[in-house]
Amino acid sequence: MTGQQIVIKNARIIDPAQGLDQKVDALIEGGRIARIDPGLGIPGDGRKVIEAGDRWLLPGLIDIHVHLREPGHEYKEDLASGLAAAAAGGFTSVLAMPNTSPPVDRAELIGSLLSKAKGLKGARLYQSAAMTRGLKGEELTEYNELKLAGAVAVTDDGRWVTDSAVMRRVLCYAQVCGLLPITHAQEGALSKDGQIHEGRVSTRLGLRGFPAEAESIAVYRDLALARLTDTPIHVCHVSSELSLELIRKFKSLGVRVTCETAPHYLHLTDEDVAGYDTDKKMNPPLRAKADQKALREAVKDGTIDLIATDHAPHSVLEKECEFMEAAFGVIGLETALSLTYELIQDLGLGPAKLVELLSLNPAKILGIPGGTLAPGSPADLTLFDPDHNGPYDVNTSKSKSRNSPFKGRNLKGKAVLTMVGGEIVFDAQEPTI
Amino acid sequence: MAYEHLSWPKDLIDLDQFTAEHLLAILDSAENFKEVSEREIKKVPTLRGKLVVLFFHENSTRTRLSFEVAAKRLSADTIALSASGSSMSKGETLLDTARNIMAMNPDALVIRHSASGAPLFLGERLACPVLNAGDGAHAHPTQALLDLMTIRQKLGRIDGLKVAIIGDIAHSRVARSNMIGLRTLGASVSVCGPPSMMVMGLREEYGVSVHSRPEPALEGADAVIMLRIQLERQSGRLFPGAREYASVYGLNAERLALAKPGCLLLHPGPVNQGVELTPEVYDCPQSVILEQVTNGVAIRMALLYLLVDNSERRNPAAAA
Ligand SMILES: [Zn+2]
Repeated sequence: MTGQQIVIKNARIIDPAQGLDQKVDALIEGGRIARIDPGLGIPGDGRKVIEAGDRWLLPGLIDIHVHLREPGHEYKEDLASGLAAAAAGGFTSVLAMPNTSPPVDRAELIGSLLSKAKGLKGARLYQSAAMTRGLKGEELTEYNELKLAGAVAVTDDGRWVTDSAVMRRVLCYAQVCGLLPITHAQEGALSKDGQIHEGRVSTRLGLRGFPAEAESIAVYRDLALARLTDTPIHVCHVSSELSLELIRKFKSLGVRVTCETAPHYLHLTDEDVAGYDTDKKMNPPLRAKADQKALREAVKDGTIDLIATDHAPHSVLEKECEFMEAAFGVIGLETALSLTYELIQDLGLGPAKLVELLSLNPAKILGIPGGTLAPGSPADLTLFDPDHNGPYDVNTSKSKSRNSPFKGRNLKGKAVLTMVGGEIVFDAQEPTI
Repeated sequence: MAYEHLSWPKDLIDLDQFTAEHLLAILDSAENFKEVSEREIKKVPTLRGKLVVLFFHENSTRTRLSFEVAAKRLSADTIALSASGSSMSKGETLLDTARNIMAMNPDALVIRHSASGAPLFLGERLACPVLNAGDGAHAHPTQALLDLMTIRQKLGRIDGLKVAIIGDIAHSRVARSNMIGLRTLGASVSVCGPPSMMVMGLREEYGVSVHSRPEPALEGADAVIMLRIQLERQSGRLFPGAREYASVYGLNAERLALAKPGCLLLHPGPVNQGVELTPEVYDCPQSVILEQVTNGVAIRMALLYLLVDNSERRNPAAAA
């Protein structure tokens, strides 16, 4: 199909990198964007024509925080199901976390995952590598080898590198090798045995809490080290107000810090955990109302650079059990776009912000292609239907898992077609694709 | 019986399911059942032919015996499942347990579990009433009800009383259920414990006053509930030691004198004498620790009766 020319007719393109929000025709040739025509004059003759109608044409969405569970836990998710779920959610690229079993800390594993993904229909796979060997926080992995094998980031996601001297070396060496260091900021002693956010709800439910300060303390250490070493750092899944204040402060000092949050922190709070719903158990936990408000503010003022899902599939084995036994994590690839669309409406922001949060900024921060549909860019794109309105049926998910905190929730807007390199990898009209 | 107009939930999870009227109805019903316990033949046929499963995932001889006596006095059959010695110790999940219990087709399940929320989990999956006999640090509704019953017997009311709860509030399901029950019935409650054994939001969540020293909590109290300190778990960690605990938080005659004359002394047991209470206080006339045990059986009879009867009325087919 890559050889075929495709025209997308009469689409409302939202492409802040080109300053575009208007009706256009788009021509795709050789898997790339060949031309964007605001004059709507690209003829359909001999080409495959996609009539956009009232849909929006977005640069393909990029999720820089997903857990695809391969290798080791393929009963929860594998590359095929995870990349298909991503495509169904409008994502054209995802960055997989390395906390698999075994962890992705060797170049050979990176190579084999990336080559396997190439043969699969779905989003593009980008792979992050373990920051330290075995995610143990002690010895650095071979960053240059990993980079040559295709890694684009290093992270010990799921754990925080406790030893500050090790973290200092991580930041310096990652910069030398051109890898983005991503920190899962959570101090271990304060969060030990924590089940949910420490506050009124943990008190009421009799569950061990972990305070927001466990995150903020870790964020402060990591930002201070980024300043000391004059290196970039990315803080993943920020969940609390104090952490945001620290990030805001360090940004104002000129430190190259970027950060993300996840849709569940923007739409839910710890009060939603009442009833011991294990599909609302994640790490970091859903926080208090004040944190949610601060997160929304930070999306608005740009302190939060992007939204990533932290898609973390678990089977009923890990979720249909006592709350304290349940695994942390929720799926999110197929709900993120709708929830972010709802968010920008709540915040009174325009559609350009949607693209910045879910495509442009992730591409920039990770240093990968995409984020725009400028001529010459890969034809990674998402057609978005803003008028969709209906309850989320998790059983239609292409993920192998069902642990969504948004089951049954009404969702506004959804991806109806996803294209990667000019190839249609998801089409809502053809559910079997 | 009276209160026929009240509707009852399928399960007993915590006291926040109930209005003051519900709570008083339970206490009244328990008073009637207490009278059964004082008869020569301590048995009524109320639940004859019914099966009550007692699932104690966490050891508790006292509570299990109390429920067992209660069920037997109502003429129910009982089966006790415990975690040790059954398949549970071989890694059976709570979902497996639920399915196995379901297969026994019981008329009620009594559950004690170390995980907060486990009774709710079973209640959502089983057709029969599930009675929480204590879950993690979450709730212990029958203990709180027997405390309420004991206080009402001795002082004639709950409304308007001042009750102090002292000890390890953070890990105490007894404290949580008591705060809810006492506040619902109009008592004012002050809680006190070492800061390392307190949790956030008690004032906002339960409407209680919070103290880090026992003296202000005890001042003018009509009743004081002392909580058991798990020294084996916490000694040297959350608190420097037992003697240190006793010296700051232990109830002695001098501290008890700050309360109202005749202030009741309750303790869910078993008591660490010399730690939570001095021996002289334990034996003082205001100590109602043994009445609590007697009332515990009556409360559990009342709840088994109310919920099994209620489930039959909600689902008459199942009763046939
Ligand atoms: Zn993480």
